[in-house]
This record gives sequence, structure tokens and C-alpha cells, in this order.
Amino acid sequence: MSAVPENAPQHCPGTQSEDAGKVSACAGCPNQNICASGAAAGPDPAIQIIRERLSNVKHKILILSGKGGVGKSTVTSLLGHALAARNPEVNVGILDADICGPSQPRVLGVRGEQVHNSGSGWSPVYVSDNLSLMSIGFLLGSPDDAVIWRGPKKNGMIKQFLSEVDWGDLDYLLIDTPPGTSDEHLSAVQYLSNAGLDGAVVVTTPQEVALLDVRKELHFCKKVGVKVIGVLENMSLFVCPNCKTRSEIFPATTGGASQMCSELSLPLLGSLPLDPILARCCDDGRDFLQELPSSPAVIALRSIVDKIVATCDKNSS
Amino acid sequence: MLDYVKRVILVLSGKGGVGKSTVSTQLALTLKERGYKVGLLDIDLCGPSVPFILNLENQSVHQGPEGWIPVYLDNEQRLGVMSIGFLLGSRNDAVVWRGPKKTSMIKQFLEDVCWQELDFLIIDTPPGTSDEHITVMENLRQVPQCGAILVTTPQEVAIEDVRKEITFCRKTGIPILGIIENMSGYECPTCSECTNIFSSGGGKSLADISKIPFMGSVPIDPRVGKLAGQGLAAVKELPESTTSKVFTNVVDQLANGGL
Repeated sequence: MSAVPENAPQHCPGTQSEDAGKVSACAGCPNQNICASGAAAGPDPAIQIIRERLSNVKHKILILSGKGGVGKSTVTSLLGHALAARNPEVNVGILDADICGPSQPRVLGVRGEQVHNSGSGWSPVYVSDNLSLMSIGFLLGSPDDAVIWRGPKKNGMIKQFLSEVDWGDLDYLLIDTPPGTSDEHLSAVQYLSNAGLDGAVVVTTPQEVALLDVRKELHFCKKVGVKVIGVLENMSLFVCPNCKTRSEIFPATTGGASQMCSELSLPLLGSLPLDPILARCCDDGRDFLQELPSSPAVIALRSIVDKIVATCDKNSS
Repeated sequence: MLDYVKRVILVLSGKGGVGKSTVSTQLALTLKERGYKVGLLDIDLCGPSVPFILNLENQSVHQGPEGWIPVYLDNEQRLGVMSIGFLLGSRNDAVVWRGPKKTSMIKQFLEDVCWQELDFLIIDTPPGTSDEHITVMENLRQVPQCGAILVTTPQEVAIEDVRKEITFCRKTGIPILGIIENMSGYECPTCSECTNIFSSGGGKSLADISKIPFMGSVPIDPRVGKLAGQGLAAVKELPESTTSKVFTNVVDQLANGGL
């Protein structure tokens, strides 16, 4: 993992690479001599700043999935609400690291809010007394605005989010990510490397085409040394609201998440059913836990949250 | 670059998991069934799905005198496929790359693959508006006859990201051929009650507001879902399904110059 500056020549090996300043792509780069001298090889100073900034955050959890549209943002918001509702004394923050497709402002019902900047940094937007959110969505002028950025600019934004948001004292910081195993993920892991990352909750759906990408994400976690707290299967069953028939809309032809977890010896946190009302709540930004406290999805969610809390408590003790 | 390709169609969506790869593969298969010569390029480097969907996993790409030779689905070589999935040692291998490396891989895909003569080149993309998309747009600027099909699901949370993709297309000057709405309803196999799991009508209203042609709604159909992994065309296996009707219609319009 070596940082490539935004204005670097093509094929730049990265300032922290062993080859920095020494490969053919470095010829003609104004910083070639600095790189070759090894002065840039030290760790990014931001890592230390982020460590200090997040020293009041007890637990940091990444929400990952190789696949898009499996419900990372929905799961993040549900976990946020559930953790915050469990105990009013517990403070939860959500950081939306999906720069090109930020969904948290809508899902949490705080679209159109503004982020304020003060001496102590950016103030996040409060969804409730003990649940706060930071997302690039708050910085865009209109919902049509596209963030057409290459990697280095996205990395700069994530660095800013991690180092400049004034979260106050937090018990949990949930970091929602875009699909894939690229810039956002590498940067988040790299910048948090000294700040004590508890691990990752990996979200999947049951069908093979999703599991295929999720296995890649698990491989990524192994490569970069992120602990997997567990796998959560979303959209596992659909119950017809009319006749109560259960159907598998996304059939688990290869055994679904449970088979994958036993193959890779990972904990399965639980399965969330496909509930049309949940999808509607996400669109409208309503708290599903309050709307339907006794639905199967909420019951499953509570037990998932218990497992995550138990893992985090074990980490800190 | 791509001198022998008559038409390039990009399949885009700001949102992940809405069915870009399903639409790309079904579109390519439908065109192939019609007798066209088709290429399918998968530029989703971190999550390539096309090899699995078309049942081409474990195939490999060979280097020929004129460049990489794509993997062909059929013996007549009417559908050629290129994906990073063919270059990975194991299906679980992760491609942990930052932008610049992804950019040069995509450039290679665009420049070094020997497609031969093609009627259509379909390009399947990852979600977002970042490195992969910018690179493809920059490189396709010189290619005439290039357009984009946007895929969405009906929920607001997906529409919101697709609106960003429309802005991206307009900023980069690529014509939008139309919007396909996927996963618009689910018919219970027992009682035939149709549930709009992910809401309904969002794609149509987005098309109306943005003044983009609406290409149709594809319902959630587990039978179509099961075709993934087999490389079979919905138009051939399930000719009566709504999915097959939507794709037939899109291909009709592409063929007669309506799009």
C-alpha cells in the first residue's frame, strides 16, 4: 500500500514504495530526488493525526461487501439505529465513505441538512440524540450532482472525513463503504491502521453471483489484516404479504452465506429477510425499528447486534 | 482503437447490484441470437461477474499475434468476452488495486484485445463515477456510434445514484440511449400476488423527468436469475417472459436505428 500523489506521473510506484524515485516512470518527475532519497518513505503523518482524532471513539467497524446493492447502507443504518436504541447512553456515529454514491443521508432521513465547520472541525449531522452522520451527500449542492473523481481525490476526502470530523465521544463508529476492493477500502484501512479498527462486518446476499464478489472481499480483509467480525446475509427469504408463502428470490444455489462461512471458518452473524416495508422505510428515511418493532427482520437484527457488541467488548477487554 | 467495431454500448448505473451485468449479458446474448457479431467487455475489475454469469469461469485468454484473443461463448465465435476474471488464478482472488493500475488495465482492454469485426461491443461497468468510468469515457471519445444504457431499480435510494450517473453522461458528452428498470415487481408463485418489493415506477418517472427514452421494466423473475451461471439467453429459454420481451424490444430498436 503506497500512496500515489494526485498529480503523479502515470505508473508512479507510490511515494512509499521501495522503488520510489527509481523506476522509469519517475524520470522527469520534479520529486524524483526526494523520493529516491527515502525522505517520503515514512508513514503518512495523517495516520497519527487520525489516531489522535479518533482516540475518543471506542469501537470502529467497517461495513464491507465486494458486491453492490446487497444492503451495506441499509445494514449500516439499521445497526446504527439498533446500537443507539439499545442504550441511550451509547453514542453512535456513521461515516459514509461511499463518495460516488452516498446513500446514508436518504436512508437516515437527513437529506438536505448542512454540515457546519467550526474550530474543532466539521460537526456531523445528528439523526437523533445519540446517532450522528457524516457523508459527502451533505456537501453536494443538488442530488443530481455527480462526484466525478479519480482515486487520489477520493482518498483525500476520506482522509479529511477521518481526521477533521468532530465526533465527540463515541462508543461506535460505523464506516459504510462502496462496493469493491479499491481506493476507498485501502485508504480507510491504511488511515485507521494505528487507530484500532475492531474489524469488518461483511454483507452479502444468498446468490452465487454476490458470494463470488464477497469472497474477494474476504480475501482482501485477509491481505490487509482486517479482522472479520462476521458475515451478515441480507435478502435471504421473501414472505408473500398475501399468502405468507416463503420464497427464495435470490436462490442460494451454492449454499448461501452459511456454506461460505463454514468453508472459510468465519462466524455467520445472522440473516435478514427481504421485507418490502424495510425497503420503503429506507426510501423515506424512517426508522424501521420503531415502525415495526416485532417484525422478523428486527428480531434477527437484535441478535446480530448482540453478537457484534459481544465481539467488540471482547476486543476491548 | 476499436476500428472494426460498428457500435459501442456502455451499460451504466450509479448504484451497485441493480443488474448491470445481467442486462449486459442478456443484451449481448439477445444480439447474438439475432445473428450479430457481439463483443462483451467487463471492466468491473474488483468484482467481475460476467465470466460466472456466462458459465465461462476457468477459461483463459490467449495472446495472439494481433493482441489478446477474447474467450468465445460459441463455436461460431459470435459472442466474444473479455474480463479480468479470465486473468485471475483463482475465483476467490481479490484485485486490490488503486485507480492508476485500474486505469492502465482498462486501457489495455480497450487497445489490446483483438475483437475482429464486431456489430456491437457491450461494455459492462462497475457502479460509480470514478476511475473506470472516466478512463472509458476518455478513451471512447474518438469512437463514433457510442451510447449508454442506464440500469436502475425502482427505489428512491437507487434512483438517487442513477441521477448522478446521468449528470456524469451529460458532462462527458456520451448520449444516453435509454433507461431499463430492473427488479420492478415480484409475482408470488403460489398466489400470483405481485409485490413491489423495491417500490415501483421509479425508472419510468426518472426517464420522464430527465427526458430519456424508457426501455421497459424487467420484473424480478427467479427463472431469469437461474439462467445466471449457465450462459443462456432469456429470449431463447423463456420466450414468453417479460424479460425476454423487454430485451427483444431493445434489440429491435437498436437494429432498426430507433436508438
